[in-house]
Amino acid sequence: MALAAAVALGLVTAALAVAQAWLLAVAINSAFVERADFAALQATLAALAVVLGARAVVAWAQESVARRCSAAVKSNLRMRLLRHAAGRPPGSGGPSSGEIVVLATRGLDALDAYFARYLPQFVLAGIVPVVVIGCLATADWLATVTVALTVPLIPMFMVLIGSATERRRRRRWEALARLSGHFLDVVAGLPTLRVFGRSGAQLARLDRVTDDYRRESMATLRVAFLSAFALELAATLSVALVAVGIALRLVDGLMDLRTGLFVLILAPEAYLPLRALGASFHASEEGLAAAGEVFKIIEVPTGAAGAAGGRPRGSAAVPDLRGAEIRVEAVTVRQPGRSLEAPFEASLVLRPGEVVGVAGPSGVGKSTLVNVLLGLQVPDVGRVAVHGGGTGAAVDVADMDMTAWHSHVAWVPQHPFCFAGTVAENVRLAAPNASDQAVRETLAAVDLADLDPATPLAEGGAGLSSGQRRRLGVARALLKGGSVLILDEPTAGLDAAAEATVLASIRAAARERGLAVLLVAHRPAALAVADKVVTIESRRVAPA
Amino acid sequence: MSGPGALWRIARIGRPVTGRMLLAVAAGVAATGAAIGLTATSAWLISRASERPGVLDLMLAVTGVRAFGVSRGAFRYAERLAGHDAAFRILARLRSSAYIRLERLAPAGLAEFRSGDLLSRLVDDVDGLADLWLRVLLPYLIAGIAGAATVGLIALVVPAAALVLAATLIFVAFAVPVVTIRIARRGERRISAERGDLAAASLEVLEGSPEIMVAGATEARLAALAGIDRRLAAAEARTSTGSGAGTLLSGLATGVAVWFGLVAGIAALRAGQIEGVMLAVVALTPIAVHEATAGLVPAAAHLPGLAAMAARLLDVTSRPDTVVEPARPEPLPAGPYGLRSRGLRARYSPDAPDALLMPDFDVAPGGRLLVTGPSGSGKSTFAAVAVRFLEPSTGALELVGSDAETDIRRLAGDDVRRVICLCGQDPHVFDTSIAENVRMARPDATDDQVAAALGRAQLAPWINSLPDGLGTLVGEHGARLSGGQRQRLSLARALLADAPVVIFDEPTEHLDEATATALLGDLLAATAGRTVVMITHRPELIDSVEWATRVDLGSRRG
Repeated sequence: MALAAAVALGLVTAALAVAQAWLLAVAINSAFVERADFAALQATLAALAVVLGARAVVAWAQESVARRCSAAVKSNLRMRLLRHAAGRPPGSGGPSSGEIVVLATRGLDALDAYFARYLPQFVLAGIVPVVVIGCLATADWLATVTVALTVPLIPMFMVLIGSATERRRRRRWEALARLSGHFLDVVAGLPTLRVFGRSGAQLARLDRVTDDYRRESMATLRVAFLSAFALELAATLSVALVAVGIALRLVDGLMDLRTGLFVLILAPEAYLPLRALGASFHASEEGLAAAGEVFKIIEVPTGAAGAAGGRPRGSAAVPDLRGAEIRVEAVTVRQPGRSLEAPFEASLVLRPGEVVGVAGPSGVGKSTLVNVLLGLQVPDVGRVAVHGGGTGAAVDVADMDMTAWHSHVAWVPQHPFCFAGTVAENVRLAAPNASDQAVRETLAAVDLADLDPATPLAEGGAGLSSGQRRRLGVARALLKGGSVLILDEPTAGLDAAAEATVLASIRAAARERGLAVLLVAHRPAALAVADKVVTIESRRVAPA
Repeated sequence: MSGPGALWRIARIGRPVTGRMLLAVAAGVAATGAAIGLTATSAWLISRASERPGVLDLMLAVTGVRAFGVSRGAFRYAERLAGHDAAFRILARLRSSAYIRLERLAPAGLAEFRSGDLLSRLVDDVDGLADLWLRVLLPYLIAGIAGAATVGLIALVVPAAALVLAATLIFVAFAVPVVTIRIARRGERRISAERGDLAAASLEVLEGSPEIMVAGATEARLAALAGIDRRLAAAEARTSTGSGAGTLLSGLATGVAVWFGLVAGIAALRAGQIEGVMLAVVALTPIAVHEATAGLVPAAAHLPGLAAMAARLLDVTSRPDTVVEPARPEPLPAGPYGLRSRGLRARYSPDAPDALLMPDFDVAPGGRLLVTGPSGSGKSTFAAVAVRFLEPSTGALELVGSDAETDIRRLAGDDVRRVICLCGQDPHVFDTSIAENVRMARPDATDDQVAAALGRAQLAPWINSLPDGLGTLVGEHGARLSGGQRQRLSLARALLADAPVVIFDEPTEHLDEATATALLGDLLAATAGRTVVMITHRPELIDSVEWATRVDLGSRRG
């Protein structure tokens, strides 16, 4: 659709260029050769004014269409990027959420220049030279041949010289990045340099590094600019040849002035879009770099297993969890970038109706263990498996279909997520169809009976205290149901009364609904409701 | 400082490179002149040829057309090379002038640049400002000179045509950029609210993504995001109409110049003021001139960004020095050195509250001072004052030598730092080898001395396990080093510099307990015999050590 519009506008542009050349030639010829007065030229001049105005309007329309197209493409890329990022398991590395958001919003704006400047020129470069050569052919075969031979030379030169310099130019970009990196390194290290009295000496070094870079770059640029040189030479020299050719035939009386002027004015139009294309190359590169950045992220496979253990995402069915045991079997996770295994050989068993407490100092790997249980992370050693789920055989959580497994598990992370919306919408996150009555009851179960479900929350849950957010997270998990409930420090920061209510509700959920509950907690009061408490340990290992 | 004022001050940094810039301008004017000359000469040539004169009458014009055709590319090539060469030289000047200021300000005057993002933006600003010459000044100077010359020549033939051409050129060079920049700013305002909403909502979803995934609500949340995204895309589409205004206005200006050139030419011809052969010249030259100025609108579009960069940079570099060096520094007293503090206070700016209220203390040479207190109690401020990064507001810190006691303010800052070495909270590790990172403390140190210092910092086993040993590259910002290793590297620097007084500022920050305890033991053992100041908010880790003096900053707050 957008392409059709761009091609149509390109054809109109070409037609207007031909019309402009023709009208100018007619007007000059009439006034000069035929000595026509203004009355005789009225129609020609009026038509010329319309054509000149129309060229400006069409160029503007072309840019507007291109920008509209850019907005649509950016929107598409943005949503693909966000969809991908929302599916990334925790701890899978890659750019941070903040970096992704910046790329999705401001970063993609680099595409505007690509669409608004480069693409329209690209379309014009494909259409205008062909139309111009076709029109020249009706007027002057010599000019036609000259232009037809040199126009294809320009993209050829661009490709030939371009590819020869491309590798070198890329090396230059890397060198430039290193150079900026060096400057940043020196500025960031200024306090350290000053402590040792070395900051003055760095100035000379900074100058030397920049100067070295300049000399090396100039050597590359001397070659790189050759492609632009060839382009300019081909364009202007062929116009000069066309002009001289016309002049000689005019002298010999083989051509009339009107045709000569028409050819002279029209011939440069064949090269104009190609030269503009070369000039907007930089804009296109930046745009493509931004898009490349998005694709680089999108093409990293997601899925817990895929990211963490290099295994494909599982597809095994989830066994019947009623009466089954979920066993954490000697799970060990090596913390990336640290010489630490946390947790180290964690083992525990979750049974329906039971509350298992998990204790241990901070940094011991409790939250990592929870991620493993959720199937978001694959342990380096050990596994989490469901035993006795009707089939007899044990099924590893890492092999299960994640969406199916998650439908059985409710989870309260340490810092529950809140979005801009009402309290009720937030509580219904995992159970969108829950009744108003159920929402109110669940809020009461976590001592939030005073909180009106219709209260709007701002972004990030602003308006709630951190204790209220935690309880909202618990309410959300209780409303979800399922067979397994995992809570990570649900009562941290709560006062004793609220903590007691929340713990009683958790206890009741285990007893009355037969949930298997895992409760990560620090405080003795929280651990007291557990049927059994498992202490997690970590282990330092030699650096790899 | 306002944007234009800031740009003007930045522009003056490039003055020493004026000669090379003028070379680029001259080549650029020649290239543009060749393009305009090609059009004008061919127009004359063809018109004259139609009168069927002898071929010899045309020889000069034919030669001119060919010469212009060949030379334009060559001149443009020369302009590009000279322009880039000048821009690189200006980049070097921008960097060194920024560095000279930053060097005097770091770190106390650059407190908010502790975050890497802001610092790297500052560095990018310095580098980005080179575009002022290459992408704005150069095209404007070239178009201005070539345009003025062409207008002057046409004025000799048909003054009315020249007048209209001049007016349209000025319109394209100055009025159109102002309009485009204003429209772009208005569009940006309209979009930025929607973009802000999307950014906030996406960040929410991405940060909560594991919970959302487990809740099975990913699709629902993405659908909500898609709704906001549609609003943003619609706002962007609405601004697209205005964004082409620059193209529209420059196109119309070209049209006006061409049309009036033709009409004025015909009028002059009919009035007998010009010969017929000049009509095509007057009518066609404006096309070539406007083609040459077409790049000015995008060039001017760089200005708001450049002005913002200049303002940000000058805001930093025009800050006052954080310490006043004595006009006539006193000589260092003779060692060994102790420290004495009397009524010492410091603040980061005159109207800020005191960041440091130091209880008085005395540390004998070889003695040890433990400085404790919660975060924000001024522990690091004390370290900054002690190495002359920050001026005390009242009171004095004295260096107690064997022959004299001298207020450190009366000593040259570099002399103070030769005696008092600071191992900072977050020591910078340069992107080079381990050996070079340590050797910076004393550039003339031999490899053996570097290895010995690293050995005393207990890094030898680790370095010996590395395939490249001392020559191992540490990666950007020491990415391949753990927190403990960085602190030990910093200690090795202090040992190599052989400073008699060493200040450790929170060496155990970000370290787990076992690592921290081991590190502290090693730090204290390696600095035995030196005067040591240990700053920490975790004094419980080093309770076993005998401290000559303890200062608790927490108790004096409020």
